[in-house]
Amino acid sequence: MHKVTILPEEVKKIAKLANLKLQPVEVNLFAEQFTQTVDIINQLNEVDTSAVAATYQITGLVNVTREDIVDTARVLPQTVALSGAKLTSNGFFVVPRIIDTEETESVI
Amino acid sequence: MKQLHELTISEVHVGYLNKDFTCVDLVKHLLNRIKKYNPKLNVFLALNENVLKQAEAIDKEIAEKGIDRELLGIPMAIKDNFLTVGISTTASSNILKGFMPQYESSVTSKLLTAGAIFIGKTNMDSFAHGSSTETSDFGPTHNPWNPEKLPGGSSGGSAAAISAQFVTVALGSETAGSIRQPAAWCGVTGFKPTYGRAGRYGCIAMASSTDSPGPIARTVADTALIANVISGQDPFDATTSPTPVGDYPSFLNKKDLKGIKIGLVKEYLMTSMSDEVKKLILEAADKFKELGATVEEISLMNPKYAIGVYTVVQRSEVSSNLARFDGIRFGHTRDSFGEETKRRIMLGTYTLSSGYYDAYYKKAQAVRTKMIDQFAEIFKSYDAVIGAVSPGPALSIGATKNQPMFGEMEDVLVEQSSVSGLTSVGVPCGFVDDLPIGLQITCDQFQEAKALMIADCYQRHTDFNLFPDLDKTL
Repeated sequence: MHKVTILPEEVKKIAKLANLKLQPVEVNLFAEQFTQTVDIINQLNEVDTSAVAATYQITGLVNVTREDIVDTARVLPQTVALSGAKLTSNGFFVVPRIIDTEETESVI
Repeated sequence: MKQLHELTISEVHVGYLNKDFTCVDLVKHLLNRIKKYNPKLNVFLALNENVLKQAEAIDKEIAEKGIDRELLGIPMAIKDNFLTVGISTTASSNILKGFMPQYESSVTSKLLTAGAIFIGKTNMDSFAHGSSTETSDFGPTHNPWNPEKLPGGSSGGSAAAISAQFVTVALGSETAGSIRQPAAWCGVTGFKPTYGRAGRYGCIAMASSTDSPGPIARTVADTALIANVISGQDPFDATTSPTPVGDYPSFLNKKDLKGIKIGLVKEYLMTSMSDEVKKLILEAADKFKELGATVEEISLMNPKYAIGVYTVVQRSEVSSNLARFDGIRFGHTRDSFGEETKRRIMLGTYTLSSGYYDAYYKKAQAVRTKMIDQFAEIFKSYDAVIGAVSPGPALSIGATKNQPMFGEMEDVLVEQSSVSGLTSVGVPCGFVDDLPIGLQITCDQFQEAKALMIADCYQRHTDFNLFPDLDKTL
């Protein structure tokens, strides 16, 4: 497989997708480091996997469900649930605006 | 006579019953020891402020009813990625600085029900992203054998807490090496149960498909007692297994290993490994033969592929799991993530992103299948596979600097078993340059009893289970 080079522009795009703000020095550092890391990952192409399926659950469990009944032991009381939040209003979390902002278009 | 900080779980219980000391005596003794040595080691991030009150209540219970709970009055250190009500929990990250959990994790809840008493929370790599504790936002932990060395990680604080004899037993968690590797570097015993053997509910998620809570302790016997308490299907974690849990301690104290067949992994005696470490592993193999086991050389996939699989799987799952840190419901804003955390989130975002998913994530999960199949084939003929935990002894403080793949390289010998969900015990097997070396004994999924039995027999027939004299090392 040909060598993959990750450019600073791509790092900026990934940072946006991951909702992270990077310092300019981090952009260049990460571009270089990601290129090295992807080199190591690409060694996996030496392994023939044409005959095997991907594994997503290693102990073989399938479709674990429970009865659709409210179990109060699983539910936090509202005051407890809100106790770690910096901003609340009338028993709700206050969240930042995510539509109609400068960032909206580029994130989607 | 042993001092209070040197006792195992059963020795503490004998002391309580004989009225040699009380739980308050033991806790005070340990707190004094922590006060004296912790400033040089940076093991604890938070101490339990109510610990003496809890110890008094335990003494009252023992006076009235004797010891009717498995871990009654056993002082423990808890890795800081387990949510503990009333004790701050940060996962060694600034984003959770000052966070007080809203609920108790499944495993700590089981430990409390069994009567354990929590001394405090231990330092770790931030969000468990590393193998050194050097990525902690609150400074590295120092190795009790030599404070200029790293303790390993990510459960470095918990391993150092045992090595420094600050507590009787500790709780850690392993995603790929995070129990076995720090246990090896600190010269103590670490036990990684099968994935899904102990619940992950309330354990701050790193890589959900491999995260496994497990104990770090002074002896294999103590890890077996803790494993008995924390194992089992957890209604709060759908990935826990319904496979019945064995009574682990009942499998211990075998006089020999006759009939046991052990595979010595050829690829784990790597060319880059020092001759001294190789020699210790070969001596361990001889010890197993002496104990009656059959030892044969076996071959596994080149460990370099495990690095690739683990890196992709771990980064991808980190990217997804750490999306929940939005600073809205709890914690601070995402600018508080450290450099290593950002690097991991972003690489995972990349490997999962449109156009790259098949090439990276799906490919890694397919190679993972091949690793699982290969182990399944080996365990048809062998009871366990052995090898070194880490290619060498503890590295120096600062070794992770500019090494974005430090953890993956140091954990090269444990990653295959982790991504395959196997169970494994790490025990001390000797010293190189006055630093401990660890041996891993790995068995098939849900063969905890067998892994503990073999490790216990080895440990009782060797003399490597030593602890540093902190007045000399610090």
